[in-house]
Amino acid sequence: METYNFENIFEGKLAKNEMIEPKDWMPENYRKHLIRQISQHAHSEIVGMLPEGNWITRAPSLRSKLVLLAKVQDEGGHGLYLYTAAESLGTSRDEMLDALHTGKAKYSSIFNYPTLTWADVAAIGWLVDGAAIMNQVMLQRTSYGPYSRAMIRICKEESFHQRQGYEAMTRLAFGTPAQKEMAQDALNRFWFPTLMMFGPPDAESPNSDNAVKWRIKRETNDELRQRFVNQTVPQIEYLGLDFPTNSGIKWNETRKEYDFSEPNWVEFKNVIHGNGPCNKERLQARNTAHKNGEWVRAAATAFAKRQEEKREAA
Amino acid sequence: MNHHYKFILRLADNGLINSQRLTEWTGHGPFLEEDLALTNIALDILGRSKMLLEHAAKLSGLENVSEDTLAYFRNEREFLNTKLVEQPNGDYAQTIVKQVMVDYFDLLHYTELCKSSDEVLAGIAAKTVKEVTYHYRHTSSWVTRFGLGTEESNQRAQAALNELWRFSGELFFTDETEKFAEENGIGVNINASKDKWTKTITTLFEEANLKIPADAFMQDGGKNGLHTEHLGYLLAEMQSLAKAHPEAKW
Repeated sequence: METYNFENIFEGKLAKNEMIEPKDWMPENYRKHLIRQISQHAHSEIVGMLPEGNWITRAPSLRSKLVLLAKVQDEGGHGLYLYTAAESLGTSRDEMLDALHTGKAKYSSIFNYPTLTWADVAAIGWLVDGAAIMNQVMLQRTSYGPYSRAMIRICKEESFHQRQGYEAMTRLAFGTPAQKEMAQDALNRFWFPTLMMFGPPDAESPNSDNAVKWRIKRETNDELRQRFVNQTVPQIEYLGLDFPTNSGIKWNETRKEYDFSEPNWVEFKNVIHGNGPCNKERLQARNTAHKNGEWVRAAATAFAKRQEEKREAA
Repeated sequence: MNHHYKFILRLADNGLINSQRLTEWTGHGPFLEEDLALTNIALDILGRSKMLLEHAAKLSGLENVSEDTLAYFRNEREFLNTKLVEQPNGDYAQTIVKQVMVDYFDLLHYTELCKSSDEVLAGIAAKTVKEVTYHYRHTSSWVTRFGLGTEESNQRAQAALNELWRFSGELFFTDETEKFAEENGIGVNINASKDKWTKTITTLFEEANLKIPADAFMQDGGKNGLHTEHLGYLLAEMQSLAKAHPEAKW
């Protein structure tokens, strides 16, 4: 009957809003759910380095190059905290990377869209990081300790990125006509993919019941999506940009919220299943980097082993 | 071009082109921790170059010159970096071998420049020494790992050394610009550090079972704007967006 007691302790901690720590007993499906969610999140950070990284060598001013470089590095850092948090649940980095490289693991679908102009980098900071924060703020209070602590750090940096993105967008929107056009085009292209980041409509969303109970999730996809739209529309207006093409954005006096058109969920499913505009390129880039790094990692391992042997012999 | 300006520009360009190459690795490094470390090095060097270019812009005596116009609106023949830093990244061994030579040179050079009569430069140098000490520790430890790691890593590091050693001499190239800087207390006699550089770098490579090419003919010219063909492509990429919108502010 011991297991039953463990489960009681676990449930008791959840009920009291206490953290579950790596050495605590936890139900197997809780562990599995977290490994999947945290590793997907880590993969998103790592793959997320690519679309913005695409513009580092072409950043149009030294200041913007420094800001972008630091941002992409932060994302790598987030990936690192998250891989470490997932490792504390008993999986290994190699296992997680293998799942990413073979296409078994998922990552945020937004990174399967290309960054065609510099304004896309600004749009990612403003919209994509803005949406990510909305998803992530609630995870700061999630039930698994290492994940919660990682998210507290990540959220701080993400909100900084979001402000930088909006600032970059401001420069474009109030810049030359060509810059403004670039900004509008980026908004048009990133609007719907950003709305998709909140996941499918509540009516079709799996994984929600336990996720709420385990404080892995606190609000529904549709609630978060609505909140994002409400927050972003005034920003679009401030920038003097048009609402994105076919966005259907309209103030609803009864609801006191903005109405908006649903993204194309068929496209969403296609991107999730590997058919987005850049899925192939992103996976290929990750695989190539990993493969090219193989001899480097092997050299480091061999050298470390030799050092260890030397120490033991001495 | 006045010598003081040219002296600062050489320092700035060397860092700018060096960091431009390093950033090509961001997101594509051999493993995550190393990706972050190399990006960090690139950030330090780029930050330093930005400060040096701001300083150079003031010394240029020209109107409407800023760090960005210097970085984005000069052509190949106007860049004054050494040929070493513009060489393509190649594999990770090439990147590391190139970087370790630059890092140790910078460590010695900027240590001396802390005493510069140019207070702006002295300030930048003080910050740089702290950063480069760490960079050199990082890159030199990789030379050791590559040299003594596996047969493949040793071969790759040796190939990198064979390819790049001929560009190392230019780090110590001096002409009337360096002489002017030295005489006015802005710069130092960098050749006074050459023996120390050669001895330390040679020892580092030798202890890692790597041989320095004996008969290398040293290349120079970069510090006077005569580059290898690689620089043109690097600049074409780096400057493309800025040049497409000369009126724009970013």
